[in-house]
Amino acid sequence: MNTVFVRAYRAPDFNKKEILRYAGVRGDAAELYALLQECLDEVESKLVYHICYREFAVTHYDSYLDLGFIKTESVGLKKNLYGCESIILFAATVGMEIDRLIARYATVSPTKSLLFQAIGAERIESLCDAFCREIAEEKAKIGFQTRPRFSAGYGDLPLETQKEIFAVLDCPRKIGLTLNQSLLMSPSKSVTAIIGVGK
Amino acid sequence: MRITDYLKNNIIYLDGGMGTLLQEQGLRPGELPERWNLTHPEVVQSIHRDYYDAGSHVVNTNTFGANSLKFPAEELEDIVKAAIANARAALAESHGKQPKWVALDIGPTGRMLKPYGDLDFEDAVSVFAETIKLGVKYGADLVMIETMNDSYETKAALLAAKENSDLPVFVANAYGEDGKLMTGANPAAMVAMLEGLGADAIGVNCSLGPKALVGVVEEYLRYASVPVLLKPNAGLPKSVNGKTVYDVLPNAFAEDVASRICRGVRIAGGCCGTTPEYISATVKASADILPVTIQKKNITCVSSYTHAVVFGESPILIGERINPTGKKRFKEALKAHDMDYILKEGIAQQEKGVHILDVNVGLPDIDEVQMLMEAICELQAIINLPLQVDTADPTAMESALRRYNGKAMINSVNGKQESMDAVFPLVKKYGGLVVALTLDENGIPDKAEERLAIARKILAESEKYGIEKKDIIFDPLAMTVSADQNAAKETMRAVGLIRNELGCHTSLGVSNVSFGLPARDTINGTFFALALGQGLSAAIMNPYSQEMMKTYHTYRALAGLDDNCTDYIAFAETMPQAVASAASEKIGTTASKDEFGSELQRAIVKGLKEQAAQLTESKLSCAAPLQIVQDEIIPALNIVGVGFENKTVYLPQLLMSAEAAKSAFGVIKSRMSGEKATDKCAFVLATVKGDIHDIGKNIVKLILENYGFPVTDLGRDVPPETVVQETVRLHAPIVGLSALMTTTVPAMEETIKQLRREAPWCKIIVGGAVLNREYADAIGADKYAGDAMEAVRYAEEINQNSKENTR
Repeated sequence: MNTVFVRAYRAPDFNKKEILRYAGVRGDAAELYALLQECLDEVESKLVYHICYREFAVTHYDSYLDLGFIKTESVGLKKNLYGCESIILFAATVGMEIDRLIARYATVSPTKSLLFQAIGAERIESLCDAFCREIAEEKAKIGFQTRPRFSAGYGDLPLETQKEIFAVLDCPRKIGLTLNQSLLMSPSKSVTAIIGVGK
Repeated sequence: MRITDYLKNNIIYLDGGMGTLLQEQGLRPGELPERWNLTHPEVVQSIHRDYYDAGSHVVNTNTFGANSLKFPAEELEDIVKAAIANARAALAESHGKQPKWVALDIGPTGRMLKPYGDLDFEDAVSVFAETIKLGVKYGADLVMIETMNDSYETKAALLAAKENSDLPVFVANAYGEDGKLMTGANPAAMVAMLEGLGADAIGVNCSLGPKALVGVVEEYLRYASVPVLLKPNAGLPKSVNGKTVYDVLPNAFAEDVASRICRGVRIAGGCCGTTPEYISATVKASADILPVTIQKKNITCVSSYTHAVVFGESPILIGERINPTGKKRFKEALKAHDMDYILKEGIAQQEKGVHILDVNVGLPDIDEVQMLMEAICELQAIINLPLQVDTADPTAMESALRRYNGKAMINSVNGKQESMDAVFPLVKKYGGLVVALTLDENGIPDKAEERLAIARKILAESEKYGIEKKDIIFDPLAMTVSADQNAAKETMRAVGLIRNELGCHTSLGVSNVSFGLPARDTINGTFFALALGQGLSAAIMNPYSQEMMKTYHTYRALAGLDDNCTDYIAFAETMPQAVASAASEKIGTTASKDEFGSELQRAIVKGLKEQAAQLTESKLSCAAPLQIVQDEIIPALNIVGVGFENKTVYLPQLLMSAEAAKSAFGVIKSRMSGEKATDKCAFVLATVKGDIHDIGKNIVKLILENYGFPVTDLGRDVPPETVVQETVRLHAPIVGLSALMTTTVPAMEETIKQLRREAPWCKIIVGGAVLNREYADAIGADKYAGDAMEAVRYAEEINQNSKENTR
């Protein structure tokens, strides 16, 4: 359990409906399809799908959890990890280029900039889903089940936890993901989360 | 012996992994390994000694993350001192017979540089400088910058090493399986930049096993004129029965690395997962290989943060449009600090197909040093073309070159002693391809032979600095043919002479040739063609000129540079005749009667940018500009605005319409010089200090501008003082502030507090993902706007009141 592993994925299928939802569309918006397709064509080859992760044993105490890299009193996480023997701590990113596209189009086409934001949001969620699915399948083979992923900043798990997460996952080196002083991640379309593993 | 001398005739072996071995000895997850220099010196020393015993000439000190961002100054000094002492002790104890050195190991800071992260470039240089100074103080033999996955941070580290030591510097970058750094650079781009900055050896480490890095290493060997380094992982870690194993074993690793040494790699070692066993196997496997001689490659190139542009057979186009000379709108934009204007020029030229962008922001009454640096930084954040730093001010040149993320083109030096004295030291220090104008103290000679003589003089002077011929490109100066009918002829002869006699590349500012003549494009295009025939390598030109682009594409097709004429055919499809016939078909099919008052209204509501501009253009022949605004654009915007408020139109559609309206406004503005286009009041807009999210702010800006508000956009991460200063200067009745993060709401509160004190007349409207009405009230804002339309409605209200008050 002492090593950070890295996985790279092929692009999960694009969910256009979900992208438009992230862009603020709540109904039909046929006139956006052409523009969205233009954005998708432009971004497709520029994305990466990188994950780094590490497994830790969990020890449950009355008032806190020992996750191997932190001790936390988060009630939300304790509930989420009820019955878990270990966790997979992971960080995921779709890379820097999407940030550049968002910035580039801010000056010439705010509509495209917005759509790239939405694409980035959909991509990183799809990547996390793909990873969690794969972990669930692998764990199922050895008789374990996984819990829904849980991130720093959800409920009462403080965002400051990001610092410890970055320290143990070696994110800058493994997948080029960095944390700034305001606890924001760069590239911005990135996620860190905990997956509980139990019987 | 200095390691660089030994390297001339020998292969150098480095050490292998450190982190994995420390973990085996009990380093805990998240614990900083650099502290072990102080707490477990015997462990660190024994690892170093094992590597020296295995045959490493060089071991890296255990200082990968030893920097002032992670450690307080005193501890940092203790760590570096102990780390070097540990390596020295191991070196002394080792029974290895090979010459041995200690390298100060420098890893990345772990933070992203601005603008996508929050670490300023100069701060990064200072962070690296501190560690490097300590390395010098405690006696390191060389500096090893490694595992860098961002080109810009690599530059900061290398610059710090060169500025704070005379030690040899080796630089190794970490490439992904796509053959690029995480932030986009390919090997050719890194070679160009690192050689320019004076690295003594360059190469590849970490991330992958030796086989997976073959392609990247080949690229290094193709481009590099300095020794190439390879320090790969033992493949990838895998979990087998709960134990971590790397999937490339020592003998396979050694064979793979040895095969790269045969190809020309001169410095070899291992990274994550490798152990002394890997190194001794590598030494053994390559014992009989003669070191491959390192050849100078003589490649003339520049680079951006993604790729290199190589000067050769195919002509290079350098876009000239980012230059205020003779452009009224550009001058106004510069004075107003309108960076968007510059960025749009850059993007538009890239879309036209130029390879390099010239950047000139010189105007008598602006701070050129600051402006040029900002322009370079903003352009390189969003455009991946190499940039040409164009200035006559050496101070501006230096600050721009320093911040440039790559190997820049530099415009220019000339044969005057004063010019060479000022420019060549900068070329030497920062690297770059410098444009040398063939003029000197006596002006521009008439005859081509005399220009050739000046070129020779410039080459002789540059040699004194150790600047290679390949890094000088001559501009033999296109003179006005209407003033001297032999001017173009001599320039073309000079191109040929410089190409053939000196073997140097040439570039011309083509447009000068036609000055004072009608239909200048026609002359320019033909002159360009003739000069290409003489061997011209590059042109500084206007990519919007149809004639120039025609010449470029036809030349490539005719000179055998365009496979199957593919590029030419693609270009021909964009030529006016082709486009016109396609467009008329389009309009013909869409001109149906529907619920809209006119075609223009329809175009705006449907968000059709080009159509909106075209229709406005044709309307202007029969209607006054302001009438079109009143009768067409405003009603169209209202349809969309009301639709958005009623949730039948969504944000992306609102923006599409706004963009279409903006392009209609653009056409109208061009017809209204002098007339006041709006009666709306000033609106100051900013994303608050510490916050770098600006999409919401940009949306509000676009919509406000549609409704005629002259918006002063201060950008993102704006200090309270700047907001106050601009509000006071403009006596703006409304200020809009945006924040996306909970952590920056205090900065918003502080900005409001200062505004209340210094600009009590202004109304403050706030927005952003973390805010709501209650929060806005709590920090003292006048208004919370949940979306752009709400902001517009409020601004209209304030505008009305302020007009009534002044009546």
